[in-house]
Amino acid sequence: MANLAVNIAGVELKNPVITASGCCGFGREFLDFYPLSALGGISLKGTTLNPREGNPPHRIAEAPAGMLNSVGLQNPGVQVLLEKDLPWLKEQNTVLIANLAGSSPEEYRAVTEAVEGSDIDMIELNISCPNVKAGGIGFGTDCDLAGGVIREVRAATTKPLIVKLTPNVTDITAIAKVAEAEGADAVSLINTITAMRIDINTRRPILHNNTGGLSGPAVFPVAVRMVWQAANAVKIPVIGLGGISTWQDGIEMMMAGARAIQVGAALFTNPMAPVEIVEGMNAWLDKQGIKDINDIVGTVKPW
Amino acid sequence: MIQEKAAIMGRRQLSPGVYKYLLSSPGIARTAAAGQFVQVTAPGFFLRRPISICRIDPQAGTLVLVMEVRGQGTAAIAGLGSEDSLDLIGPLGHGFALKDAASHALCVGGGIGLPPLCQAAAHHGANAAVVAGFRSASAVILADEVENLGASFAVATDDGTAGHHGLVTDLVKKHLEENKTDVIYACGPMPMLKAVAALAKEKGVECQVSLEERMACGMGACLGCACALYDEKGEQHYGHVCKDGPVFPAERVVW
Repeated sequence: MANLAVNIAGVELKNPVITASGCCGFGREFLDFYPLSALGGISLKGTTLNPREGNPPHRIAEAPAGMLNSVGLQNPGVQVLLEKDLPWLKEQNTVLIANLAGSSPEEYRAVTEAVEGSDIDMIELNISCPNVKAGGIGFGTDCDLAGGVIREVRAATTKPLIVKLTPNVTDITAIAKVAEAEGADAVSLINTITAMRIDINTRRPILHNNTGGLSGPAVFPVAVRMVWQAANAVKIPVIGLGGISTWQDGIEMMMAGARAIQVGAALFTNPMAPVEIVEGMNAWLDKQGIKDINDIVGTVKPW
Repeated sequence: MIQEKAAIMGRRQLSPGVYKYLLSSPGIARTAAAGQFVQVTAPGFFLRRPISICRIDPQAGTLVLVMEVRGQGTAAIAGLGSEDSLDLIGPLGHGFALKDAASHALCVGGGIGLPPLCQAAAHHGANAAVVAGFRSASAVILADEVENLGASFAVATDDGTAGHHGLVTDLVKKHLEENKTDVIYACGPMPMLKAVAALAKEKGVECQVSLEERMACGMGACLGCACALYDEKGEQHYGHVCKDGPVFPAERVVW
């Protein structure tokens, strides 16, 4: 068996597979299938300082090889996470990543301060949600605004800080470099790609929010490209996500430069996907005679 | 909740675009309850399709699903034959809070909303009355099934080609006036459910409604299938059809 453990910003994950934020709640939903200890880590549902109701339905639309969502960061607020879910989560023997969001730099800072003294292992800063009116993606598409938010949060926490990037930008490397310069310990990408579907009978967008975020296998090649670009632009670790649904996808994403991967929408098709990906990657490494999964990171040989 | 490959033991077309499946699904049948649903893989499509469970036989290890072809995904499922299996996740959600079998139940179905009521009707047997609305006689489904349960069955059709010419809610009103009713279980289009809930409220009869909404995970992880609900204090919030429902007390639903 090869070594599957990876280290992101000083935090050891027993394997490189993390379930992606927004796809696994606060960790209890998939327990009938496997314990959280099977995962390298879990990125918890995007959490804000105060509870958020999210967007009106419909929030889900299908796409070829994927789906759109416009949940709009529905969450019970950080205090519920800390008081109700975290005491249980910390017993689950997996790395806990709080995905934090806000609508102003001050709110980002406040929610960060709220988790600072907690058992959360890492913070993933969500400056890339496409489904909220204020903040979210607005911070993630502008280098100056992103820099300002990251600075606020960096000053408020000593926990390892991952900045989650949106693909809805012209140059992913520019924003990745800003994150690095402002003290992020890692970047994760990609969040969803802004998208739209229309019901041709009603001429209404299927999503009540009109637009939503595309995820699933449809976005995987875009994610591989952007992870490759970002990994070549910054020295901090890149966590790759976007449409990963098989172990082959996981290997490919790591070859593009990801030191760890996140699995999101694939959970909805196949709840076992994260575990199957860990097993499949392990078997492949053994077959290849590779003793350490870290040895495949960034090993793509570009033409 | 488990994932199970359910062999198709029987498949029959009930009406144009509506198919009834008898499935070998012992794991899900063992714990499933009336009003719960399963998530079914549609070959070639990313998202599973939520399909309500029509009948459950834990001894035989079988489920009956009745599915209407609504789009390309359900058409792909309908294209599967008796040599195939359905990839299911279930049982999912909260079903009907069944009253004592001896109490008098009225099951109100609108079109493809009828199948999930069958297991509840079976629970009440001869104490269940089932009323269902359809577009026309050709769309009427499950009449034999319901009558075999010992329940009475009355239909309404939009065009008058079978049963009452008019809305199923006309039958509900009549039934509530003429019969003792302890509980109403309803599933169908929102306008129908809203009207049934109003009639139930007027008569002071408990009413449980099964909702539907576009879903991704089906198990409360993605928060996609939002529905507006009142909480205990009467304040509005978004719950989720898959986990909080699909069956809700009618008074909790923001109509």
